[in-house]
Amino acid sequence: MSTSPTLSAPTTLRHARILGLGGYRPERVVTNEEVLQFIDSSDEWIRQRSGIVTRRIAREDESVVDMAEAASLQALERAGLEPGQVDAILMATVTHPLQTPAAAPILADRLGIEDPAAMDLSAACAGYCYAISLANDMVRAGSADTVLVVGVEKLSDFTDKHDRGSAFIFGDGAGAAVVGVSDRPGIGPTVWGSLGERADAITQRESWTDLRPDMEAAGREAGIAWPAFVMQGQTVFRWAVFSMAPVALQAVEAAGITPSDLGAFVPHQANMRITDAMVKALELPAHVPVARDIAETGNTSAASIPLAMSRMLDEGEAQHGALALQIGFGAGLVYAAQVVEMP
Amino acid sequence: MARSEQEILEGLAEIVNEETGLEAEEVQMDKSFTEDLDIDSLSMMTIVVNAEDKFGVRIPDDEVKNLTHVKDAVSYIANNQG
Repeated sequence: MSTSPTLSAPTTLRHARILGLGGYRPERVVTNEEVLQFIDSSDEWIRQRSGIVTRRIAREDESVVDMAEAASLQALERAGLEPGQVDAILMATVTHPLQTPAAAPILADRLGIEDPAAMDLSAACAGYCYAISLANDMVRAGSADTVLVVGVEKLSDFTDKHDRGSAFIFGDGAGAAVVGVSDRPGIGPTVWGSLGERADAITQRESWTDLRPDMEAAGREAGIAWPAFVMQGQTVFRWAVFSMAPVALQAVEAAGITPSDLGAFVPHQANMRITDAMVKALELPAHVPVARDIAETGNTSAASIPLAMSRMLDEGEAQHGALALQIGFGAGLVYAAQVVEMP
Repeated sequence: MARSEQEILEGLAEIVNEETGLEAEEVQMDKSFTEDLDIDSLSMMTIVVNAEDKFGVRIPDDEVKNLTHVKDAVSYIANNQG
């Protein structure tokens, strides 16, 4: 390529603000007396150290998605918007009980929001402010017009009723905010950070991998399976190839270039057959090298695209500074594609 | 205009040929996709999607497992074509 094509990008920033807030508190009120059935303490001690008199606890069959749905509907109503106007969902939670799929796409389906960008965000009690910051940036830069931000936790699922240090603290609930375009700045710059060296200050007692040896063996005897990933191969194949090829092409078009401008195609390394079929469906020009790192690396989920691109650059298969079309897709089902200049 | 079963069979044979390289004549009504034609589940999905485009039908994922033989696919398409 003699002249490198330029990628399209918005040149002006918009303002964003919170257009509506909503909340949901589970029905059941749990008093300090009830908490005290399991810990050796007193109502006075709890009130003195925490200020907590009661907390709300969700029903056993009530999920983070159920709570998020109620909060979201209220936030949307107060914002004067219909669910269909939302084009991205950020769900801050650490108690959705599946690592994948995320809760956000399930919430989208509940609310009847078709095909929004949807993801969960793990930043514990800072999660909502992290998500508001991202939503603000998304609306300001134009990658979304209306973002539904939800902070939701069902902490009761992960609370040890017998732990004197934490049993009385936690409750369940959901809060939601709709962030949209504004005529004035409504969300100030975020000051944020993290102190990883103090990661043990608030933590889950055991990690899944610590539990696995004992739980898997005990589970097998009890007929309970370890929560391993499973997938419907044919369904995923069909979606990945035939729905994702048009998405990849849209990303090329949105970047203001054509497929022949590409210096690499780096799809998520899901399965070589998916890559092959996708290349065919895309009718990619023959000169565009295609990432095939999966052959020696396997499917590494979110790691697969940067791994595959690094290999192409390291091995000289792709050129530094050239444009790459990358597309990720997976459980949710969720997807995202964009064209990037390779570093 | 509705296609005859013979026309559907011929169209399907072309799709199978394109996906697998198998001679179109091999694709006969009584053949099993997996046993006789050696078509795996992922190739089958590609064939299904191409058949949907060609014949204007919708073949849900759950239906695909019932289409074990060529004749099953031909009759499903014949009965559901747009």
